[in-house]
Amino acid sequence: MLDLFRTRLMQGTPTSEFPDRDVSLPARFRGRPTLSRDDTGAAIGAPARDLPSGLVRADSRALPVLDLGACLFSPEEATAAPGCQVAFSQDYRMATGTRNDLITPTGQVELARALNQQMRRVFGRSLRLRSVAAGSCSGCEAELVALNNVVFDMARFGIQFVASPRHADGIVITGAVSRNMRAALECTYAAIADPRLVIAVGACAISGGPFTGSPEVLNGVPDSIPVDLWVPGCPPHPLTTLDGLLRLLGRL
Amino acid sequence: MSGRDEALRLRNRRAAPLARVPVLDGDRFAETIADAVSGGDRIISLFGLVETPDTLRLVAVLGDDEQGQLRAISSLVSQQLPPLSRGCPQAARFEREIAEQCGAAVAGFQAPKPVRRHPPDHAPSGWPARPHDRDWFPFTSIAGEEVHEVAVGPVHAGVIEPGHFRFQAHGEEVLSLDIMLGYQHRGVERLLEALDRRRAVLVAESIAGDTVIAHTSAWCGAIEALARCQKSPRAQALRGIALELERLANHIGDLGTLAGDVAYQPAAAYFGRLRGECLNLLMLVSGNRYGRGLVRPGGVGFDVPAEMAAEIGLRVGQLREALPPVASLLLDAPSVQSRFEGTGVVSAELCGVHGFVGPVARSAGVLRDVRHDYPYGVYRFVQIPVASAWAGDVFARALVRWLEIQRSLEFVTEQLRALPRGECRVPCGALAPGELVVALEEGWRGEVVHVAVTDDAGRIRRHKVTDPSFRNWDAVALAMRGGQISDFPLCNKSFNLSYAGHDL
Repeated sequence: MLDLFRTRLMQGTPTSEFPDRDVSLPARFRGRPTLSRDDTGAAIGAPARDLPSGLVRADSRALPVLDLGACLFSPEEATAAPGCQVAFSQDYRMATGTRNDLITPTGQVELARALNQQMRRVFGRSLRLRSVAAGSCSGCEAELVALNNVVFDMARFGIQFVASPRHADGIVITGAVSRNMRAALECTYAAIADPRLVIAVGACAISGGPFTGSPEVLNGVPDSIPVDLWVPGCPPHPLTTLDGLLRLLGRL
Repeated sequence: MSGRDEALRLRNRRAAPLARVPVLDGDRFAETIADAVSGGDRIISLFGLVETPDTLRLVAVLGDDEQGQLRAISSLVSQQLPPLSRGCPQAARFEREIAEQCGAAVAGFQAPKPVRRHPPDHAPSGWPARPHDRDWFPFTSIAGEEVHEVAVGPVHAGVIEPGHFRFQAHGEEVLSLDIMLGYQHRGVERLLEALDRRRAVLVAESIAGDTVIAHTSAWCGAIEALARCQKSPRAQALRGIALELERLANHIGDLGTLAGDVAYQPAAAYFGRLRGECLNLLMLVSGNRYGRGLVRPGGVGFDVPAEMAAEIGLRVGQLREALPPVASLLLDAPSVQSRFEGTGVVSAELCGVHGFVGPVARSAGVLRDVRHDYPYGVYRFVQIPVASAWAGDVFARALVRWLEIQRSLEFVTEQLRALPRGECRVPCGALAPGELVVALEEGWRGEVVHVAVTDDAGRIRRHKVTDPSFRNWDAVALAMRGGQISDFPLCNKSFNLSYAGHDL
């Protein structure tokens, strides 16, 4: 028993100071990507061709823009080409309310806005989520599990993962949605009572991630399931997800 | 001369011309595998390779763990496989995998049990396509008064990957357990074969998200061997450090979840935090908590400058102080011991027959560790003692993890103190044409196998991945027999196998 107390004292209070204070991440951390482009020289061809992901794409004027939903946050995606330079910032905040908000000419994104007042009254102080992995590598789930540890401690905001969709207010989807998991995903979604939230976590759930184009996956959450929060990352840092959830609930 | 003597001798990460792999006729191929396995060899890999529009070449890689010797044989088949699993249970899962991937028929089966439930994606083009039903799975069914069936999944209670478990139970006693997987199937092997190297490395990092370093190192090991690329000693040391940090993070996390599963909250909370410390060390080096971006063909993508090495050394030192009291909290608690001991036993004999690997085998006294048996990279110079226990139960699997945690901490501390100088990455050029290479790596779950074969133009023609979970899922089913259904979560957690790594 004494050992138990002694170990407890040794552990101290490791809970993250987020969101009261800014949390700094190591210098090499690859957070929200940024793009500096020279509007006169539209050099979309070179970087897009050399990138291992769909991070850089052309907008309607054939100028390069970033698609954070397709970003794999690999060091190779930080490239420089004439008129177009992609880099990673250390900003972990990048969850958005619409798929379109993830597409940006500079890397700046419109972060997720709070739900309307009625939804906030229902979910604002108590949100129960059901996690469904559908064709993932399990990296995103590992970071969702980390949200429950004493450092990130998501429960202090009244957010918890629950065992059944019948107990849940929303669903967190990870993975590129494999053909073998599609039916189970749709059943789980259908089992959650309205009003319900849908949160797509990670590059796979948003765009297919590294598996984009494989005949075995649907390249992310199908249109039949409307998404309320898009959390980019490969996998998203726990703070990216937590920041997005708190913004959605109007707590930030 | 036996087929085994004829076989092409290989070493871990040494490429050899595919043409030198002897071609045996089907029956002799199957016999050679069965004889070798009964003589103590292990099946390292067994897969199909499209040879012509009508023929499939089967390639078997056998491993003699004691000698660190790999042997390869092959056989040409048209539509029907030789009887691979007859007298050789270790080949059964590989046989089912080949039948599914290549669309081959298996003698004696109308249709073998699916492994991942997908239409063939490595079939010779001239073979007739058969209709495929993703939902078909022949479950074991046991009839009898008071025998009942319990179905769980694919969506489970926690934040876990999808899989379906079906128990045949008599009261609390489990008579048999069927595990249906494939929900995470993403077509990884096809992507590794079709994509260029810059994209393929990102797929290799995403085979199993908690085994990023091990899978990417094995993938790079295969590519580097085919390109005759020699990594610098510094790169090898840094990869070793990263691999052990990955092992630390996962083993520590596992001890935490095991504590959580027997409702021992203090240890669960402390281990959960300490796991994060290891992930943060990987982030310090690579910018990602799972080490993505670190391992690249030719070495590592990020160097560790002296100040960073000192910082890691300091934080590893703190872990070495913080972990032992938490471990003894867990492993010395009588209430924990009584739940862990005697639960989910896997015997050494079963490990031998089925070829289980990693901590599952080592906790049953079967000393199998790629770092020791087929040393590569930094492990040729620094030997990590193989950790083992004998009981093969949940407690033994926890104990082996704890022993490995201590040894990995020592290894990392020692390596950081004397990092070799030099480049951390060298160029890695074009691949040699028409060659075969076997790259083994001891991931935290056990042996990770990548086998690559190049075509005449030096492109990847086949890339076969075998995650340790592929071998060990049968251990979960066998460990549950005769046990109680209510022990399943604890038992399953003590294996903590990857669904993604199995499903590919």
